[in-house]
Amino acid sequence: MESILSNLLLLAWLLPLASFCVILFFGPRLGTAGRGAAFVATGAIVSGFALSLTALILWVGAHGISGAHHADSADTHAADKALSPDSQVAVDPAAATVHLVAADHGDAHSDSHGGDHGHGRVGPKVAYFGDWYTLVDFDRLKITIGYYIDALTILMFTMVTLIASCIHFYAMGYMHDELHDVTDHEVTLSNGEHLKRPGRYCRFFQYLSLFCFSMLGIVIAGNIAMTFVFWELVGICSYFLIGFYIERKSASTAANKAFIVNRVGDFGMIIGLMALWGSLGTFSFGGEKNAAGDIVKSGMFTQARAEADHYALKTPEAMVESARQMGAEDPEHTGHVLLIVAGLGIFCGCVGKSAQFPLHVWLPDAMEGPTPVSALVHSATMVAAGVFLVGRFYPMFTPEVLLTIAIIGCITLFMAATIAITATDIKRVLAYSTLSQLGYMMFALGVGGWVAGMLHLITHAFFKSLLFMCSGSVIHAVHTNEMTQMGGLRRKMPITAYTMLVGCLAIIGAGVPTLVGLSGYYSKDAILAQALHFGKNNAAWDVMFYVAAAGAAITAFYMFRLWFMTFIGQPRDPSRYDHAHESPRVMWMPLVVLAFFAIFVATPADIENFTDPTASPMVQLLEQARPDGTGIDFSGQLAAVMMPAEHGSHDEEIHWAAGMIAFGTAMFGLLLACCLYWWRILDPEEVRSMFAPIHRFLRNKWWFDELYDAIFIRPTLFCGRCIAQFDRGAIDWLIDHLAIWMRSFTTGFDRWIDHLFVDGLINWVAQRTYALGIWLRKPQTGRLRQYVVFIVVGTMAMYLLATFGLTN
Amino acid sequence: MFDLLSQPVGLTHYLIVGAVMFVAGAVCMATKRNALGVLMGIELVLNGANLNFVAFGSNFLERNPAYQLGLDGQIISLFVIVLAAAEAAVALAIVLNFYNNHSTVDVDRADELKG
Repeated sequence: MESILSNLLLLAWLLPLASFCVILFFGPRLGTAGRGAAFVATGAIVSGFALSLTALILWVGAHGISGAHHADSADTHAADKALSPDSQVAVDPAAATVHLVAADHGDAHSDSHGGDHGHGRVGPKVAYFGDWYTLVDFDRLKITIGYYIDALTILMFTMVTLIASCIHFYAMGYMHDELHDVTDHEVTLSNGEHLKRPGRYCRFFQYLSLFCFSMLGIVIAGNIAMTFVFWELVGICSYFLIGFYIERKSASTAANKAFIVNRVGDFGMIIGLMALWGSLGTFSFGGEKNAAGDIVKSGMFTQARAEADHYALKTPEAMVESARQMGAEDPEHTGHVLLIVAGLGIFCGCVGKSAQFPLHVWLPDAMEGPTPVSALVHSATMVAAGVFLVGRFYPMFTPEVLLTIAIIGCITLFMAATIAITATDIKRVLAYSTLSQLGYMMFALGVGGWVAGMLHLITHAFFKSLLFMCSGSVIHAVHTNEMTQMGGLRRKMPITAYTMLVGCLAIIGAGVPTLVGLSGYYSKDAILAQALHFGKNNAAWDVMFYVAAAGAAITAFYMFRLWFMTFIGQPRDPSRYDHAHESPRVMWMPLVVLAFFAIFVATPADIENFTDPTASPMVQLLEQARPDGTGIDFSGQLAAVMMPAEHGSHDEEIHWAAGMIAFGTAMFGLLLACCLYWWRILDPEEVRSMFAPIHRFLRNKWWFDELYDAIFIRPTLFCGRCIAQFDRGAIDWLIDHLAIWMRSFTTGFDRWIDHLFVDGLINWVAQRTYALGIWLRKPQTGRLRQYVVFIVVGTMAMYLLATFGLTN
Repeated sequence: MFDLLSQPVGLTHYLIVGAVMFVAGAVCMATKRNALGVLMGIELVLNGANLNFVAFGSNFLERNPAYQLGLDGQIISLFVIVLAAAEAAVALAIVLNFYNNHSTVDVDRADELKG
């Protein structure tokens, strides 16, 4: 099972990489003008989806769809009989003790609810993990390419590949202009003409493929180091795609902004990684295995939540030990702080990637990228990677960290929702809506709603990509992002209008309370229920529930404001209206597919318990992936906070109250939007002038950009200028003068050496030779008779020498 | 030394005559200022040497074969004669030219090749 699943997902993961390589090397030669690149990329991702779906089916076949999974045969019957999530009967204590070994008792073993209800899971969750390839293996540091496959991995794989497939098809239509030379009307050159450039169809699909590969890499990663690698890869893909229209100043600035803001978050993440590795000595989630498949080093999750402790979160021994080695007075306490630091560090990376307050500023600007990119990268998948990592890393988060996550999420969801009210750029409304929904997910995770947060991640991916693609379809038709120039488009493009209506209804969580609804209804209700549950247990923080509920009302308001302004009423710009048309089939087909999923993805499949939201197969599958030991109440050590068990929120009373409040707030927002933008009972202009200061405040996005400009950018630039001045005035001056002095010194020295030694030697030899010549010249008198005498004397001398000198 | 006068003419006598000719030639070369005189001295030196070759090459004068040059001595002396003739021809031509240019055959005046 493990090898089949891991190989299927490996293939699904690597196919986009292969597509990337093919397009990289052969892109422009594929078909006319690189048209084939789209087919390569789409083929890869659709095959990936098919493989993921196969994996999902295999998983369900092996582990069932029920949240109480059947990990091993020992507890199969107990789980079937007593812990079927559909039946609310209490567990027979005797059966539990007979069939369940103590370790498997884990989640159910809690004081308040655990064992009393049918929810939660028995025994450890099923997760397959292992390594494919070892990148480096120093003694302590081992970085591998590995996998960690549980139900969440497979669901995410299926979700990402499905949405990416839809978006690939959609992009074939949307990016059609890029097939031939493009005149970019938003870029004016210095000579007053618009920029003309060759189309970049291939490049777009190349980046999309690389992005899909990176995203799937995050999802399948078996250790946090590998996650980080792919984390950065999606970051660079996001950079490429935001800056796709690189000649536009706004696009290149937005790309830089996204990249730099993400670096801030990643800095925190690296600190978290250091804290983890420095103390635990491993990056692996599940554990490091040797060749035989035995675990040789327990993974991070196992170290934090040991089986012997019933998976309760405990400061890992290794952390206490490293705190002791650091010489801490109270190693237990310091170790706990270390765990908090690690958790906050990892969360910091997630804040950057998921654009949470205070690093949310990049996401709205990222809308400069093409709309399919906004749909895929900046709403459905990449920004959700932060939430995914929080979900994946959930076992390591202490209640203190979770509280931080909840607060950050809460601030983000409210702030972004309010900004979305006043935005007029259709994509920016959706961007702020994305921020707000990501805030909801973080908030849900932070208040202990693991399944709620993950469910919202998946449902949101469907309806937000749907909304973005609808907005792209509108933009494609009217060639503007401004909603103030749209209106009445429902008559021109009905399919887009009604699929978008589905998306809007899904995002506001429309449904019949306690009965049935669109996908957003289930996830948002679950979040609010858990928030209410959390508020009941922590009176000091119950305000967060009200903020979230208010956020739900605002969500409904701005989403329908968007829909009404775009599709209802009279056209505000007749010329644009006249040219508008429904998008080609390749673009609206994915809308229909996604609309289908936006409606049904979280619907309960069980007819008998149709009104029970936890009966949804999606919830059940997520329940299978719930990290061990997180299904129980647990309290913080340092902060007075109690994370309530999630199944407590399924309590009839809480769930009913939360459902009603969610419905009420959504209806209130919806009606307000109707009043303002459909029935025209209130005039938006009047309202705006009535709340002018607030409007200005929201219109300027809470002045975050200005604030950051004043706090960070200007001081940084000022410091930079000061340092540059110092550099030029002092350091450069010193270096320059040193160089000048050195140069004159070496010149003199060099000359001296040259004259004295090099030239001197040569001249001396020459002079000696000359002197020798002069001396040898003397016998050359030119007198013949003298020569004869020399000859005779010389001969005589040689004769005498030979006679007396050389003979012995 | 004076024993030689009482002995039959042998190799030594020839060598003595050769040596006298050689020395006379060398002295002639060293002392004559007239170029023709110098040439004559050269002839004397060459012939003195020739005499030695011939004497060494003779079977009658030197019985010991180890010291005999044999026919080689004769041939070398013939070569020397030929060489001397050639040399005299060249030298006389030089002298004639020298005389044409300087109106003299005084070798002391011919010092243009001095270093």
